[in-house]
Amino acid sequence: MSSSNPTATAVPDSENQQGAVMLSGNKLFCERDDRVLFQDLDFNLHEGEVMQLRGSNGSGKTTLMRMLCGLNDGYKGEISWYGASVSEQAGDFYHSLHYIGHRVGVSKVLTPVENLRWSCSLKSEVDDQLIEKTLADLGLRGYEESPCHTLSAGQQQRVALARLLINPMKLWILDEPFTTLDPKGVKQLEENILSHANSGGAVMVTTHHKLNIPGMNVLDLG
Amino acid sequence: MFWTLVKLMSTDMSRSSTSVAFRSTLKRDLLIAFKKKNDIANPFMFFIIVVSLFPIAITPDGDRLAEIAAGVVWISVLLASMLSMDNLYRSDYEDGSLEQLLLSPHPLFFMVLSKNISHWLVSGLPVVVAAPLLAYMLSLPQEAYLTLIASLLIGTPILSLIGSIAVALTVGLGSRGLILAVITLPMSVPVLIFGTLAVEASVGVGSPAGYLALMLAMLAASLSLAPLASAAALRISIS
Repeated sequence: MSSSNPTATAVPDSENQQGAVMLSGNKLFCERDDRVLFQDLDFNLHEGEVMQLRGSNGSGKTTLMRMLCGLNDGYKGEISWYGASVSEQAGDFYHSLHYIGHRVGVSKVLTPVENLRWSCSLKSEVDDQLIEKTLADLGLRGYEESPCHTLSAGQQQRVALARLLINPMKLWILDEPFTTLDPKGVKQLEENILSHANSGGAVMVTTHHKLNIPGMNVLDLG
Repeated sequence: MFWTLVKLMSTDMSRSSTSVAFRSTLKRDLLIAFKKKNDIANPFMFFIIVVSLFPIAITPDGDRLAEIAAGVVWISVLLASMLSMDNLYRSDYEDGSLEQLLLSPHPLFFMVLSKNISHWLVSGLPVVVAAPLLAYMLSLPQEAYLTLIASLLIGTPILSLIGSIAVALTVGLGSRGLILAVITLPMSVPVLIFGTLAVEASVGVGSPAGYLALMLAMLAASLSLAPLASAAALRISIS
């Protein structure tokens, strides 16, 4: 992981064992309203790596994440997935990606089970048993049949996070996933992230919380 | 070597096929529509109200009403369909489900088509079903009923598909006001023209077959092209 941008410094925290480069950015440049968010940004996200995007408000963390997912194409530079450009292997890439943004993708009128039945079936085939078990693991037992508008923000976040556990995807891109979670939820998500990384997955996460994830790398956007 | 391993790993997972995702999206949208009954009821009630105002405002005389019946029904259908379009992507955009849809590994064309179909089922189909009743109120000649239903069955999906493009383009805008109508109406006018012409032809000496065939051609074109445009518009709106 390296960066030639003076404002974007990469700090490798540890020399932990990492696999092949999964996702990488090469000379990424993005500006919004004539203001340069970042330029010459290089990074490599390896299998088994957890990378925290750090930066002040408005430094382009969310923009970078949306760029990586393909939701934002207003940038220059190259994003590659296992060494080849993402657009060339979109099917493979999107079969490997979980993205949870500020808008968590949980419909307010549907119940958690109905929400997950849909959003998970976009990626892989799921059965209700797995959905209900995962919801119970995330502390939502008893809420399976309540419409999501009756749930708190943290509970809705948990419904979205359930997707991570139901569909096994290699790359997680999580934008402020801790914001609405209680301390217990934070700890649980930290554990999930860690075990995902240990099983060869990669995680990119933004947060202003102090994370307790050993071996985490930091990409600083200034 | 490594590549094949990666491929094996990722294909091993029980990936959902596009048809599964298509059906699941259809089911979800129908479920949401069923739970938000207002969204279905409002355009439908609007349609009934607009049509019933004509006999009150113009004349209760059956002969004169019969002359304008086809036009009245078709204009009301058009207005009701515009009213209902707003629901298509708005709430999905606001709660982030649209992002999830865009990030699905399946062709966005089919996902959009699935949303369009479910939208038509809950907004277009009820109007088609109610139309004969309202046509009866407007004293539409008996021989025109079948043509009216046929033209609406062909025409309302076209309106939904065209409207979907405009809604997809404007879903990211805060206040849209008339933009939706300005984008949609010029493209919808041909449907209105051929729809009313078909109904009128079935009353007189002519045959509606030609007009209906033209509308079928328009339906085929919009079924195959409009979801492409909607998908592209959604990608623009979301970025």
